[in-house]
Amino acid sequence: MTITHRTGLPLGILLAASLAALTGCAGSANDSTTPPPATAAESVTISDAWIKAADTGMTGGFGTLHNESDEAITVVSASSDVSSMMELHETVMSDTGSMIMRPRDGGFEIPPHGEFVLQPGGNHIMFMHLDEPLVPGDDVAVTLTLSDDSSYTYTAPVKDFSGANENYVGGATPAPTMGGMSR
Amino acid sequence: MPAPDEGAPHSRSTRRQFLLGGTAAAGAGAAAALGYAVGARNGASDTGSEPSDPPQNGGRVIPFHGTHQAGVDTPPQAHATFVALDLTASGDRDGLRGALRILTDDASRLTQGVPALADTEPELATVPARLTVTLGVGPRAVLVAGRTPPPWLQPLPAFGIDRLHQEFSDGDLLLQVAADDAVTVAHAVRMLTKDVRRFATIRWLQSGFRRAYGSEATGTTMRNLFGQVDGTANPLPGTPDFDRVVWISDGWLAGGTSLVLRRIAMDLDGWDRVDRDGRDQAVGRRMSDGAPLTGTHERDDPDFAATTPVGFPVIPEYSHMRRARGEGAIGERIFRRGYNYDGPPDSTGSGSGLLFASFQADLDAQFVPIQRRLADLDIMNRWTTPIGSAVFAVLPGCEAGGMLGAAMFA
Repeated sequence: MTITHRTGLPLGILLAASLAALTGCAGSANDSTTPPPATAAESVTISDAWIKAADTGMTGGFGTLHNESDEAITVVSASSDVSSMMELHETVMSDTGSMIMRPRDGGFEIPPHGEFVLQPGGNHIMFMHLDEPLVPGDDVAVTLTLSDDSSYTYTAPVKDFSGANENYVGGATPAPTMGGMSR
Repeated sequence: MPAPDEGAPHSRSTRRQFLLGGTAAAGAGAAAALGYAVGARNGASDTGSEPSDPPQNGGRVIPFHGTHQAGVDTPPQAHATFVALDLTASGDRDGLRGALRILTDDASRLTQGVPALADTEPELATVPARLTVTLGVGPRAVLVAGRTPPPWLQPLPAFGIDRLHQEFSDGDLLLQVAADDAVTVAHAVRMLTKDVRRFATIRWLQSGFRRAYGSEATGTTMRNLFGQVDGTANPLPGTPDFDRVVWISDGWLAGGTSLVLRRIAMDLDGWDRVDRDGRDQAVGRRMSDGAPLTGTHERDDPDFAATTPVGFPVIPEYSHMRRARGEGAIGERIFRRGYNYDGPPDSTGSGSGLLFASFQADLDAQFVPIQRRLADLDIMNRWTTPIGSAVFAVLPGCEAGGMLGAAMFA
């Protein structure tokens, strides 16, 4: 939205960005006459996006988020017509040594001119409750809401995938593993 | 783009790395235009290869998109695996379309040296080595899509020489996966087949080989495991002659072609008993250089009228070349792109043979008459036995963003 919204960025990142600008190391594509993007959504893209097929329950969305701006951008939430509830997850080792997934505090922060990888066994977008089966070959639209309240919508194909079976820990409802109902 | 090995943001990246990354990305386009995949080429120049290493072939790429699918007019790669799939109950019209979308996307990435989406072994995908993935359909797939299959898209007529096994015959979908590197082929086959496992299961899989890349000059006619120069009469890719022989020119298959894949068992033990002269006579060409018995060079036109001093044809009536050529049957030409296979000895004899792959625009007019003549009389039938047979319609090519087989659903 406005520049004001970006002042909430961590100080370190602001400093780093400033230093980079001062030392002339700014991205070569940046032209000083180009106005900064009005919203974070204009600077965010995803590549190689896909979603694990599942008939019911939960599943995960993956891909690589890119941020072309000079400032960090945070994905704060996700939504899609195919799932009434979505979360942003991380995968961590539990006290017992097994890998578990849970909501990630603070969302997904994409560094300036950097990327944030969503992959099985790592950070991912969690479809908590599928309202319809996701079948390979389908395309699913996903909308990400960003730290400045702007939103970015992309389309991802559905693929069968045998991995991404971490247990879900968190939330009130006991739930099966991601894609646990898929074939 | 290969996935990094960790899920964390790349906070360690520096500005300099971003700039280099941008350069690499820009270079990717240029490298692709030159027919090289970036990863493999960087491997050659950056990882301290011995100076004496020959130039690496692994980065070479064949464009995926176009009027025709690659893998037909592409100079034959060293390794090929043909996979036939059968549609499952989930492989209905929507399922088939989903499968074709996924196969198209996977093939468009893998052939360019880019891992497929959700590729669990992305490192295996970065050496394309001229990988091509060529997709064909059998009659049932066409019906499932809602079309009437062309009349020729069915099993070949039964020939007296056939000893066909179902495990090498027919199928609903065909993948011809070929590259100069067997690991590349194996990974592509695995990725493609597992990605459509819900819609289609593997019916059969047949792998074959030619000379390794770089062992012979490009364009050298292959030799089969009889030692026979095999494929001299092929039309030359890139010529109007080739286009006429191979590509279908109208209808929803325009830009496609037909594929006949026959698994020909070769009795190497029996062939061992035939002396050099007998082999020349059986083939109609010299084993030494493939020249017709009436000529001096491989590509000399055979003189079927020439006779020996005692009045017999120099090129015997029963010889393979004479029977295959059909003397004056101008329209009866095919484009062969076969591969040798071998394995443990089995009930068919040596376990070795030829994956006879032939492409032609009009299967009934071009292929069937040749096969009939060979089935009726060809001395080579003494040492060869067709044990598998399949016919597929090779789909037209597609442009970026398109789907192979889209016209089948129109």
